[in-house]
Amino acid sequence: MAFAVLALARTRNLFAVVVLSGIYSFLMATVLVALDAVDVAMTEAAVGAGVSTVLLLGALHLCKSEEAKPAHRPWLPLLLSLATAALLIYGAMGLPDFADPNAPIHQHVVPRYLQNEIDVPNVVTAVLASFRGYDTLGETTVVFTAGAGIIALLRRRKHPKAVLASFRGYDTLGETTVVFTAGAGIIALLRRRKHPKSGGGGDGK
Amino acid sequence: MESSLVLRVVGKLLIPFILLFALYVQFHGDFGPGGGFQAGTISAAGIVFYALIFGLDKARRVVPDRLVETMLAAGVLLYAGVGVAGLLLGGNFLDYFVLDQDPVHGQHRGIFWVEAGVHITVCGVMLKIFYMFASRGQREEKEE
Repeated sequence: MAFAVLALARTRNLFAVVVLSGIYSFLMATVLVALDAVDVAMTEAAVGAGVSTVLLLGALHLCKSEEAKPAHRPWLPLLLSLATAALLIYGAMGLPDFADPNAPIHQHVVPRYLQNEIDVPNVVTAVLASFRGYDTLGETTVVFTAGAGIIALLRRRKHPKAVLASFRGYDTLGETTVVFTAGAGIIALLRRRKHPKSGGGGDGK
Repeated sequence: MESSLVLRVVGKLLIPFILLFALYVQFHGDFGPGGGFQAGTISAAGIVFYALIFGLDKARRVVPDRLVETMLAAGVLLYAGVGVAGLLLGGNFLDYFVLDQDPVHGQHRGIFWVEAGVHITVCGVMLKIFYMFASRGQREEKEE
């Protein structure tokens, strides 16, 4: 995975970048399987490696396949991301060990989730659909909103010739933002859907 | 989009099983890993696969735009409808215990419909985004 990330950062050919991010997603899915979070792994494989790769290739079809040289030196963003990573790692050191049965999260609501009174063997489904039904309704609405936003932005215009090139620029910016929002939403959904058996909040993923 | 014989044959063989697996993940979600999100993305991926191999127009004939747009909203409405059904039957919003005589069975019923709603919306959104991007590329080719 580290190799995939380094190659991602160095490559200027966007096609290679898309393929590499697909590979990264698949590796991530295997890591999630190893962490016993099969639900998340399945989604990561289908969304991250499958659908989003296809979507990125579709977007690539619409623009140049070489990334332009950056206008600025990347030192400030690099410093910022390194600082954030250091902060996160420092924070993760304070978390309980992975799969530690005495972690606070396992003393609180998890026993009730595991012996749930609604008789659904898959704890993830029980938590997702029943205990946290409101959350999931909200998540579904987020997904719906992302789709509605895409429709609003990309719907075919009645007079394509009237669309000026400068307007297209805004379109593309908007598209990127919506795709980013959709992606961020999906990532947010996936990240929180952890398998309660696999260590709860303890793994810092 | 023309593609090779191998892709066509393998695609024809695999796509029914992808869709079947999506249904399995959906309905077996109570017992094994899976649920609405996963099943929705898998079935969308199956149709995207079909579109990649046989062309967007054929995929649009199988799953028309109107259906996809309906799915988008229908899933959320189905989910919220389950909540309202709980209200009408005398419980709280999204209270599944009142959906059946037996509370545990009511929970199962509620989870089933809620997951179905999630599936429909997720699948619709994925397909819609794909259609939008793919058709945009096609139009520009025609213009050139």
